Amino acid sequence: MSAATPLLRVEELRVHFPLTGGFTGRRTGAVKAVDGVSLEIGPGETVALVGESGCGKSTAGNAILGLVRATGGRILFEGEDILGAGPERQRALRRDMQVIFQDPVSALNPKLTVGQCIAEPLVIAGRPKAARAARVAELLELVGLLPGHAGRYPNELSGGQRQRVVIARALALEPKLIICDEPVSALDVSIRSQIVNLLMRLQAELGLSYLFIAHDLSVVRHISDRVVVMYLGTVAEEGPTDALFDHPTHPYTEALLAAIPLPDPAAQRAKPPFALEGDLPSPANPPAGCPFVTRCPERGPDCAALRPVLADTGHGSRAACLVRLPAARPG
Amino acid sequence: MSDPAAPVLSVRDLVTRIGGNAVVDGVSFDVAPGEVVALVGESGSGKSLTALSVMGLLPAAARAAAGSVRLEGEELLSAPERRLRRIRGQSLSMIFQEPVASLNPLMRVGEQVAESLVVHGRAGRAEAQARAVEMLARVGIPDPAARARQYPAELSGGMCQRVMIACALISEPRLLIADEPTTALDVTIQAQILTLMKRLRADFGTAILIITHDMGVVADIADRVCVMYGGRIVETGTAEEIFARPSHPYTRLLLSTIPRLSGARKELLRSIEGSVPDVSDWPEGCRFRSRCPLAQEDCAQVPPHVPVAGQPGHTAACLHLERIGEMT
Ligand SMILES: Nc1ncnc2c1ncn2[C@@H]1O[C@H](COP(=O)(O)OP(=O)(O)OP(=O)(O)O)[C@@H](O)[C@H]1O
Ligand SMILES: Nc1ncnc2c1ncn2[C@@H]1O[C@H](COP(=O)(O)OP(=O)(O)OP(=O)(O)O)[C@@H](O)[C@H]1O
Ligand code: SF4
Ligand code: SF4
Ligand SMILES: [Mg+2]
Ligand SMILES: [Mg+2]
Repeated sequence: MSAATPLLRVEELRVHFPLTGGFTGRRTGAVKAVDGVSLEIGPGETVALVGESGCGKSTAGNAILGLVRATGGRILFEGEDILGAGPERQRALRRDMQVIFQDPVSALNPKLTVGQCIAEPLVIAGRPKAARAARVAELLELVGLLPGHAGRYPNELSGGQRQRVVIARALALEPKLIICDEPVSALDVSIRSQIVNLLMRLQAELGLSYLFIAHDLSVVRHISDRVVVMYLGTVAEEGPTDALFDHPTHPYTEALLAAIPLPDPAAQRAKPPFALEGDLPSPANPPAGCPFVTRCPERGPDCAALRPVLADTGHGSRAACLVRLPAARPG
Repeated sequence: MSDPAAPVLSVRDLVTRIGGNAVVDGVSFDVAPGEVVALVGESGSGKSLTALSVMGLLPAAARAAAGSVRLEGEELLSAPERRLRRIRGQSLSMIFQEPVASLNPLMRVGEQVAESLVVHGRAGRAEAQARAVEMLARVGIPDPAARARQYPAELSGGMCQRVMIACALISEPRLLIADEPTTALDVTIQAQILTLMKRLRADFGTAILIITHDMGVVADIADRVCVMYGGRIVETGTAEEIFARPSHPYTRLLLSTIPRLSGARKELLRSIEGSVPDVSDWPEGCRFRSRCPLAQEDCAQVPPHVPVAGQPGHTAACLHLERIGEMT
C-alpha cells in the first residue's frame, strides 16, 4: 500500500440497511450493501472503485462522506477517526472531502445562477462576500468556463458545462479528496474525454486525491493509480492498476476485463465467447462462502462454505479466491 | 419478398420534425436480412427518433414529415394505425432504452412475453404461455417456468432486459430494433446480452438495427455502421471500414477520444472541443461546422455524401474529405 500516512484509510467498512417486513414493520434482515471493505488513498492518488451495479460502490462513497451511516468499521482521514469525532470536528473534516455525482442536472439548483451555485459552499462556510466573488471567478477559470457563465442558469448550459460547474463547486473549499461517483457516465461521448482531462489536470495542479467510482473500465485504467474491484459488498481484488489489468487473479476481475468490448472489430471478434452466466445474488441474501460462487466458472469444493480473505497475488495486488490463492483460506 | 437479398428495411430521406426543427433531417439507410446495422452518434443526434419513426411510435410532439420507410417493400409512413399495430406484433419489434420502465409492473413476466401471440391470435393462451417459457429459457433466464410467474420488480435489471428481448422475439420478427439495449447494464451482463443477440440472429436470421454510443458494442456486433450528428447520417460503411478508416472529421474524433485498454495511461485524452449544440442552434450547412477543426467558409453548404476512395458503400458527408489526413 502507499507509503507514509494515507490521506484516507477505510478499515472493514460495513453499511447494512435494515430490511423491514410485514404489517409490524419489524426488522426481518439486512441488506449488506457494504460488508467489510478496506482501502487507502494517498495524497495526489486516484483510487478507482469498480464492480457491478448494486455491488455497493456508491454506498461506500456515501459512507465516507457521511451521507449514510456506517454500521461498522473505521474511516480515518489523515489518521483521525471521523466516525468517532464530534459533530463540529466532523463538519470541518468533511470540508476536505467533496463529491461529484453522476447527474449534473439534478446536482444543481435550477433557481440559482452558476455563480450562486459555485458560491453556495463558500456562503455556508461563512466566507465574506468580496472574497466569494473573487473565488468564484478563479474557480470558473480553473474548470474552463468563461466569466460570463456566472450569470447564467444551469438549464442554459450543456451537460459538459454543467458538470464543470459541479466540479467548480466541489473545489470551492479547497478539498483534499474528491469522491467522483460516475462523473462522466451521463455525459455525451465527445464530452467525456474533456471532463476526464479536466479531472487529471486539476489533480496535477492542486494535488487532489480522487476516489473514482465508475463503470467504464477503459477510463478507470486510464486515470487511476490503484483499483478496488468490489463484488456484492466485498473486495474481490485490489492493487496497482497495471497489476490488475495485466495480471487479473480473481475470476471475477478476469470476467470483467473479458467483458469489455474492444473498439476494434477484428480484435473483438477474435476474442473467445464470453463465458459467465447468471445474475448477481441479492445483497440481502448473499452466499455464505465466496460471494462469487453462484457465477464462478472456477469454483471448487470449498467455495460455497468458506469465505475467502484477501491474499497476495505475487503481482503487487491482493485477491480473495480460494482456488487461485491457497493463502486466501480464512482462519 | 421474392428477392432474398432485398433489404428488410429501407429508409429514404426521412425527415422527422418537432415544432419547427427537423430533428431527423434526411436520413437514408438499409438493413439487409440477417444484417446488424448500428446507429451511433452524439446524444440528441436523432437516433431514437429515427427508430421511433420506423416503428410509428413517435411522441405526440413529433411527426414524420417526409421521406419513406419500407419494411419488406411495404410503405409504413402512410400505413393506417391498425396495419402498423399488426406489423409491430409480427414482423417488427423494438427493445427500448429503459427495460424496467417499458415492462408492465402489474403483469407477470410470462404473460407479457406471451401477450403479442395472444393479441394477434397466433396462439391460444396455453400454447402462448408454453412458448413464452421456452423463449425465457432461450434468452438465458434460469428456472424460466418459475420466473414466468413473477412480476418485473422481482427481477434484476439484467433479467428485465432479457424479458424485454423475449417479448420482442417471441413473434420471430424480421427486424429487431434495439435502442441502447445494454446501456443500463454492467459489462458482464452486457456481454451476456450481446452474445444472446448474436445467437438469435444466427438462429432466426433476424435483422437488427441497434442504437448505441459505445464503439466497443459496435465493434462486437455490427456489420455496418451509420454515424449520426445533428439529425443526419454523416458517415456510413462496414464496421471494419469505419474503424480502420474513419473519414468524416466527427467519426475520426469520436474514435480518437476513446481511451484504449492498450494505450498509454494518465495522458491527456484527445477530445472534441466545444459542446453539442441544441437543435434550435444547429448551424446552417454542415452541422459539425461549429466544432470541426477542418471547417472552412464553404462548409456553410450542406455537404453531400461522397464515396470514400476505393470503398463502395463507404461514404462520408464532408466537403473536405481530402484533408482528413491533416487531423492525424
Ligand atoms: N437506502 C438504502 N436502503 C436499502 N438498501 C439500499 C439503500 N441504498 C442502497 N441500497 C442497496 O444497497 C446495494 C448497493 O447499492 P449501491 O447504490 O451502493 O450500488 P452501486 O455499486 O453504487 O451500484 P450502481 O453501479 O448501480 O450505482 C443495492 O442492493 C441497493 O439496492
Ligand atoms: N418528446 C420530445 N419532445 C421534444 N423534443 C424531443 C422529444 N424527444 C426527442 N426530442 C429532441 O429531439 C432530438 C433528437 O432526440 P433523440 O431522442 O432522437 O436523440 P438520440 O440520438 O436518441 O439521443 P440519446 O443518445 O441521448 O438517446 C433531441 O434534440 C431531443 O431533445
Ligand atoms: S473462491 Fe471459489 S467461487 Fe470464489 S472466486 Fe475463487 S474459485 Fe470462484
Ligand atoms: S463539411 Fe466542413 S465542417 Fe463539415 S465536417 Fe467537413 S470540413 Fe468539417
Ligand atoms: Mg452507484
Ligand atoms: Mg436515444
